[in-house]
Amino acid sequence: MFNYTLRSLAIAIPTLLIISLVIFLLLEAAPGDPLGEVPLTVPPEVKEKMRTALGLDAAWYIRYLLWLKQFFWIEPLHLVDRIFGTGYAQGMQRVISFQSRLPVMDVIAERIPQTLVVVGMAYLLGVLIAVPIGILQAYRQYGLFDQVGSFVAMIGFSVPTFFTGTLLIIIFAIKLHWFPSVYDTTLRVTDWSSFWAQVRQMTLPVAVLALANASQFSSYMRASMLDNLGQDYVRTARAKGMSERVVVLVHVLRNSLIAVVTVIALGIPGIFGGAIITEQVFKVNGLGQQLISSIHANDLPMVMTLTFIFAILIILFNLIADILYGLLDPRIRYD
Amino acid sequence: MTEAPTDTLSGRVAAAEAARSPWRDVWDQFRHHRGAMFGVWVLGLILLVVLAGPWIWHLDPTKSDILARNKPASWAHPLGSDHLGRDLLARMMAGGRISLAVGVTAMVLSILLGTLIGALSGYFRKIDTLLMRITDLFLALPLLPLLLLMMTLFRDPLAKTFGPEGGIFILIVGGIALTSWMHTARIVRGEVLVVKEREFVLAARSIGTPPHRIITRHILPNVLSPVMVSATLGIASAIITESALSFLGLGFPPDFPTWGRLLFDAMERIQLYPWQVILPGIAISLTVLSVNYIGNGLRDALDPRIRGR
Repeated sequence: MFNYTLRSLAIAIPTLLIISLVIFLLLEAAPGDPLGEVPLTVPPEVKEKMRTALGLDAAWYIRYLLWLKQFFWIEPLHLVDRIFGTGYAQGMQRVISFQSRLPVMDVIAERIPQTLVVVGMAYLLGVLIAVPIGILQAYRQYGLFDQVGSFVAMIGFSVPTFFTGTLLIIIFAIKLHWFPSVYDTTLRVTDWSSFWAQVRQMTLPVAVLALANASQFSSYMRASMLDNLGQDYVRTARAKGMSERVVVLVHVLRNSLIAVVTVIALGIPGIFGGAIITEQVFKVNGLGQQLISSIHANDLPMVMTLTFIFAILIILFNLIADILYGLLDPRIRYD
Repeated sequence: MTEAPTDTLSGRVAAAEAARSPWRDVWDQFRHHRGAMFGVWVLGLILLVVLAGPWIWHLDPTKSDILARNKPASWAHPLGSDHLGRDLLARMMAGGRISLAVGVTAMVLSILLGTLIGALSGYFRKIDTLLMRITDLFLALPLLPLLLLMMTLFRDPLAKTFGPEGGIFILIVGGIALTSWMHTARIVRGEVLVVKEREFVLAARSIGTPPHRIITRHILPNVLSPVMVSATLGIASAIITESALSFLGLGFPPDFPTWGRLLFDAMERIQLYPWQVILPGIAISLTVLSVNYIGNGLRDALDPRIRGR
């Protein structure tokens, strides 16, 4: 197991490097000019100086290596400085956003809480809804509950989140005035009334994402339960005279969760990507919204760093899912 | 098969079974899948309206009528009109044609690419590792951010060469295909690895059939069923991706509307005219839902383990 983990890590690093190169070259091949927004009245020699100041006049591979150094060496050093109050990263150039002239990582750190709160809550809720539904569906396969559940799940992953989002806005925000349609990120939770306001503004985006996640997981859960319900050990457990409750909720559930837990781990990076759309619908200023506004503003360092962080998350959680699977299922042996 | 001796009982049974083609079995199974039949009817209806509708409904989807802005449904405009007084029924039909064309074209490209890579990877052991590494790499890419990036970066140069409409069509279809072929490639590779060990492939190879003909004539027909399922579900996800891109404002331009773009345009007036948002949303959702149901029905019908149950 340990060897397997090491080997996967060894593969993950070159994969990440190649991905970062792919993203960098894609941005490089782009015809857009980061100085395109600069007014025409600025004289060309000043523009040239600005170009040098932004580091745009160097060859692409030098800028790529510089970015790698900034991302993998200076930014972690800076984080160490932040935590321990040391001065290792003093005077070193961090990754700077073209758009806001702030270090990219600071902007991202500002945005992460909103994304994590909304998206994380939705994911958690989705899983909590999906597991019992999947169990009930599988236990009474082809029953009424199963039919209705499958139909709702089918709708859940056929209807795009931007449409469920707008539909909920029309019904609950515009017609009924129950919830606000725009997520107010300046809101600080200080007392009960602001906490209530926070809950209300989170309800719609969380509901949209939770529905999408739940419909996906409940069908996995159902399939996994069905696989296990037909196994010999279930018959043995029943023959031993165990109560139906223990058979289903202890024996079968624990074994079915093995497959589902890995699916849940694999889905975590996807939620950051999927949240791009939901954040746009409800105007949550999280990571996804930042990515879109940076793309529109041709803010290359920000786009590069954000996209790469998404890639890191995907690879990290693939690895975690692999390892979890090996740890949970004693039949899986990687050596 | 028909020359088999029919005088014995077993011979007669064999002849009767031979007369039933396997596709007939698949169809019989498919017909009894309620969801799939619902999908076929709904999709058929949508296709009919979208493709044949313009022959009956002659209004130009881009012609604006300033006096008839944001009108509710009436005989002149059965689905109302938008903020420039353009007829929504005509726009929905025009949008549906593009949305569906994008979905189908992107799916075809993605399936071709996936099948090519999967078949090469499964058949030729030498390039298997390399191709599967590339597939894994693509699976690890953050696809939606990259798609958004491609849309903004290459929109203008492609629009210059192929015109504003052709350019964006090529870009979106190509982008979706490039980011969605991996699952097909893995499925095809898995199937090819199994099929290529079978006796008829050995027989074909022993009479000197060149590899490309073994793949196209003997192996690919046998991996057709999982590819068909993957293709159907691919249309659904391509339509969703296109509409999501349009919804984020990075898809088709407003005078060349798709359902996603119509929804995006109507978002500004969601408070006053929610109907303009709901209409394209329902169209997208119904199309995707019916395509997904057809895909599920196909999967069940093509799976010999489930068939006949």
